[in-house]
Amino acid sequence: MENKNTALPNDLTEEFVVNIGPQHPSTHGVLRLQATLDGETIKDILPHLGYIHRGIEKMCESLGYKQFIYLTSRMDYLSAHINNQACSLAIEKGLQIEIPPRAKALRIIMAELQRLTSHELWWGSCAMDLGAVTPFFLAFRDRERILELFEENTGNRLTMNYITPGGVMFDVLPSFVHKLKELLVKVKGYLKEYDTLITGNIIFQHRLKGVGVLPKELAISLGCTGPVARASGVSCDVRKYYPYDGYDKLDFKEVVFDGCDSWSRYLVRMEEIRQSIHIIEQLLDNLPEGEFRAKLKGIVKLPVGEYYQRVETARGELGVYIVSDGGNKPYRLKLRAPNFSNLGAVRPITIGSKIGDLMASMATIDLVIPDIDR
Amino acid sequence: MRSLIQYIKEVVLGFYSLIQGLMLTLKYFTRPWKNIVEQYPENRSTTINIPERFAGEVVLPHDENNRHKCTACTLCEMACPNGTIKIISATIETEDGKKKKVLDKWVYNLGMCTMCAQCIDACPQDAITMKNSFELSVYDRNQLIKVLNKPGSKLKEKES
Amino acid sequence: MILSFQFSDITKWIHDSLSGMMSPGWTLFSEFVLAGIAMILLVVALAVILVYMERKVAGFMQLRIGPNRVGLWGSLQVFADVFKLLLKESFAPNSVDKFLFNFAPILVLAVSFMALAPISYGPGMQLWDANIGILYVTAVSSIGVIGILMAGWSSNNKYSLLGAMRSGAQIVSYELSAGLSIVAVIAMCGSLSVSEIIASQADGWWVFKGHLPIMFAFVIYVIAGTAETNRAPFDLAEAESELTAGYHTEFSGMQFGMFYLTEYINMVVISMVAATVFLGGWLPFHIFGFDAFNNIMDYIPSFVWFFGKVFFIIFLMMWFRWTFPRLRIDQLLKLEWKYLLPLSIINIVIVAFITVMGWHF
Repeated sequence: MENKNTALPNDLTEEFVVNIGPQHPSTHGVLRLQATLDGETIKDILPHLGYIHRGIEKMCESLGYKQFIYLTSRMDYLSAHINNQACSLAIEKGLQIEIPPRAKALRIIMAELQRLTSHELWWGSCAMDLGAVTPFFLAFRDRERILELFEENTGNRLTMNYITPGGVMFDVLPSFVHKLKELLVKVKGYLKEYDTLITGNIIFQHRLKGVGVLPKELAISLGCTGPVARASGVSCDVRKYYPYDGYDKLDFKEVVFDGCDSWSRYLVRMEEIRQSIHIIEQLLDNLPEGEFRAKLKGIVKLPVGEYYQRVETARGELGVYIVSDGGNKPYRLKLRAPNFSNLGAVRPITIGSKIGDLMASMATIDLVIPDIDR
Repeated sequence: MRSLIQYIKEVVLGFYSLIQGLMLTLKYFTRPWKNIVEQYPENRSTTINIPERFAGEVVLPHDENNRHKCTACTLCEMACPNGTIKIISATIETEDGKKKKVLDKWVYNLGMCTMCAQCIDACPQDAITMKNSFELSVYDRNQLIKVLNKPGSKLKEKES
Repeated sequence: MILSFQFSDITKWIHDSLSGMMSPGWTLFSEFVLAGIAMILLVVALAVILVYMERKVAGFMQLRIGPNRVGLWGSLQVFADVFKLLLKESFAPNSVDKFLFNFAPILVLAVSFMALAPISYGPGMQLWDANIGILYVTAVSSIGVIGILMAGWSSNNKYSLLGAMRSGAQIVSYELSAGLSIVAVIAMCGSLSVSEIIASQADGWWVFKGHLPIMFAFVIYVIAGTAETNRAPFDLAEAESELTAGYHTEFSGMQFGMFYLTEYINMVVISMVAATVFLGGWLPFHIFGFDAFNNIMDYIPSFVWFFGKVFFIIFLMMWFRWTFPRLRIDQLLKLEWKYLLPLSIINIVIVAFITVMGWHF
């Protein structure tokens, strides 16, 4: 051997393959990231999926049109109402029925409340991944208030199965509007606390600025949607471009930032919380009276054809594609999951950075793994 | 000189933001009555709040004369997505000699139920509802298969 | 004083009765043994209180109660945890360096115990009144770094080594700022001996006497002290949501218990040094001129004052842990070398100037 005292040349240091997950506190589900590390720099990341694949699309082929709605709540369980809304809208497109205005307003209120809870949980777990544990408890306390409202009106807290083809399952309780108004006032107070504790904190800002940069062209070519794309300057809010259920009559801004890094993704979501509160306030003031559900036949049969509906969940654009052959069960149901495309962004933005930055980037991309595997 | 001012500004502003965060945590530390802990097993009769509509389990309500409203039409069995319900019916002879189908056993498998409420939606007579019970665990899995109609109960005839 | 005897009366009585019973050599030896036992009891009592305090403080800051099922208000929780650690098997993987692996936890723990020797807990309650007391504490705490590096190296695990290196770099860097902050007070006081530093604060604590530069030094010392003990927000080396648990990944059972205990004892040592140097040791809080107030303050025993100050600083460190997110390793080192160290040096220059001109109280 030559002189042993010199530093080793580059080809003698090994690259080490290590598995992050599937059980890991930071991967938000069962995701296995096979990382090839050189010291501490990440050379390559390969996600392995499928640990929570339950065959939802195949199961839906053996259930009737009203029956499979409950399965879709369990995909991206933090946007349960919105998933149900997507499937219901696709079925209503096929049946070509008109749903009453009160049902539309209630659907939007439930969907926006769901978006609020999802972003609050994201905030808590983002702070926890970066080391601060207290915001996690604060976020769950705030989320509890909204979940109590869900429990009183719909019966469940996480997988509600409330939005169904034709409208909504039951009417809301008479105390709903009043309680929701009080709650919105409290939520605005909570947002101030969040800003004090984390958004203004200099440690947090330094941890997120400049980390995990996703350029605009890459975001478009990977098919990222939702806050991940909007933080890279891509304007893609489905509620604005393909409005459904009365979103075109509401006044809200589409939140687009140009920063392309984790800090922009953080700011996009915080601003989206404010926009959701604004939407709910507009609807609460003049909630239309009337029916809450259009009448459907006992056994629902869709005419032959293909129907596609896209909605904006808390994480991106969800697409529901139903192929019907005239019977009472769908011939094929395909779900375009937003998290699957957002997962593709993990590899380009983390290659070349350190492990600590991997956690920060994953925290702000905000994946929910059951949605990837369905 | 600019960079020196920038340096000092960064130090002071950073420090101030940290102090604000500390004040918030201190606020929660010094107000222990704001905590959100529910002492669960002890507060079963006092402060626990289970809403009316909470979907706990499906029940077949009987009135005070031990009568229910189920006509064994099996619409709920067909509506259930995963086979939680089995209706076992029997044919009896009424007074005027006609054969009628009545409910013999309304079998409900609590272990498989997903609380999706499709059965309640499908029932044309409003015979079943969701009850908000929540402490339903048992030690033996067979105890989860329940028969919902009480013994000796009859169908409540419609008042004409 | 409401206690009309001093602690030195007790020590004199023990010395007299022992030397009456045995020869001077044996007397010295048994006094050493007694002092060692007293030290161990103190450490055990402190550890129990601190672990309980940490969990309760964390609970209250996070809108919940801490442990409250095991014993009244959760007081027996610590004993349950220690019992669990004792029952666990402390095994070592096959390919570790056996001597270093088993020696590392002992070294870090022994070093923490050694640092408690020259601290004065009350008038006369001091194990060893050296004339270089503060220097000794700082020097001995530095040996702990060797223990951490030994633990990381002997684990034969690339990521433990990485964590140990990071931790070592962090501790070595922050010792500079911590040392310079203490030097500020020593420059004003003129002596390194612990009892003389406390005696010089009889007319007011240094944090008040030395006004601005000493207050600044106190803040820098608390930040540097938090970083030296590897506590959040500087705990990247042992973070749970990162890749590994750092240098103590491969240790389990009581060996892990020793690392855990060492972290708390280090925190205690840092707080004790801060309380002694900046906050007046066991001296009560006197306001110059208010004699009635001063007399009331004198009634509280001195070791209550001392431990009150120590727990106050420990509470500060716990408060930091539960509020702030973690810093990345390069941000951590940048904070030290680019911000804390230059500011400390400027502070020292100002303090030297003030001392020479006599502009302090």
